[in-house]
Amino acid sequence: MPVLIEIISPEKVLVSREVDMAVLPGMEGDIAAMPEHAPMMLLLRGGVVALHEGDVVTDRFFVAGGFADITATRCTVLADKAVPVSEISIDNATAQLEALSEIWDKTDKTDMTRLSALQDQILAVRAEIAAGAGTV
Amino acid sequence: MASLKELRARIGSIKSTRKITSAMKMVAAAKLRRAQASAEAARPYAAAMRRMLGELAGAVQGEGGVPRLLSGTGQDKVHLLVPLTSDRGLCGGFNSNVHRLTVQTIRRLQSEGKTVRLLPVGRRALNFFSRDYADLIVDHVIGVSGKEIPFSVASGLGEKINALVESGEIDVCSLVFNKFHNAMMQVPTSQQLVPLLMEEQGAGDVPADSVAQYEFEPDEATILAMLLPRNLQVQIYAALLETAAGENGARMTAMDNATRNAGRSIDSLTQVYNRTRQTNITNELIEIISGAQAV
Repeated sequence: MPVLIEIISPEKVLVSREVDMAVLPGMEGDIAAMPEHAPMMLLLRGGVVALHEGDVVTDRFFVAGGFADITATRCTVLADKAVPVSEISIDNATAQLEALSEIWDKTDKTDMTRLSALQDQILAVRAEIAAGAGTV
Repeated sequence: MASLKELRARIGSIKSTRKITSAMKMVAAAKLRRAQASAEAARPYAAAMRRMLGELAGAVQGEGGVPRLLSGTGQDKVHLLVPLTSDRGLCGGFNSNVHRLTVQTIRRLQSEGKTVRLLPVGRRALNFFSRDYADLIVDHVIGVSGKEIPFSVASGLGEKINALVESGEIDVCSLVFNKFHNAMMQVPTSQQLVPLLMEEQGAGDVPADSVAQYEFEPDEATILAMLLPRNLQVQIYAALLETAAGENGARMTAMDNATRNAGRSIDSLTQVYNRTRQTNITNELIEIISGAQAV
């Protein structure tokens, strides 16, 4: 019995189809959504959602953080930003990384909430570059 | 009576006005279709978010330290109003409807002794409120409407509002915008964003034990703290998309009317023109004939 995976970005629905397994980049480690999984809600870090059919990875999507809602039959990914890995623009991502590092340098180093938010963003962009370069 | 030359010039100018209004109508219709499509595409995200939020809010109920976006600051003194309008005019009563509702709300809140702050979105709102309420404006966003709206506009706006709430500068935040019904009708509405109004879930919708079964990673409070600002942004985004669709719908209707009115005045002016021309010919004939008879 397959599980229905939906990857939704604020602008549109990217994927809505049935797969055997989807591996999600959870904040505290990767989690696979499979049929009959216990209901679960998790925060996502920037990383790649891989859709498996049988033993083959059929599609890979990069998500820049977000939420996932897993139930026994369904897995909904609410991504802050989502693109198919094949469409990642490394140039854009690199420019973004540079802009973020600049902000990081200027930020007050005692403002912990701001720093950790920035750190998450920087990690997400690094993950995007890595995914685009095919090293993951 | 106007001379033939003047009439010809007027007819000519109204004809070119009609060309412009009908072109604007076509453009608005095309943009409306695109705006409606993107509003449609944004709906699943909002729906999924509402579902998750409902489950989460149930899970953290009764616990302390609920984020301010959900519970409010516990006071009801400072209201932030966010009127959403277009950047350009020529769309009928679209913008003035929002202005009117906002002004009514400001007056009502002020008469209740509350402080009002404004965050106008769109050049029309900024210009309008700068005139009478310039001291209430805390910030503004312009240059949004008319194009594809990127989500970053909504997230920027959401972050601004979130910062104001967290620092305790405002207690309540509401959007004022035109709800899109169809191209002919947009209803100005006010929607409260902070504190969040949860739709009451019927007891039959979610069995009580399904909430308890959920596992959360890292934990409920952390997810909720991330989800609430995001939900704020999504609601703003939805309102921005409705405004974009409404603006184009209103412009389409207004320009359709203008085109029709132009056609009507061309018809009546042409009639006057022909009648004047005929009178002139008749007059000239009478003059020639009476001249010939006099000889």
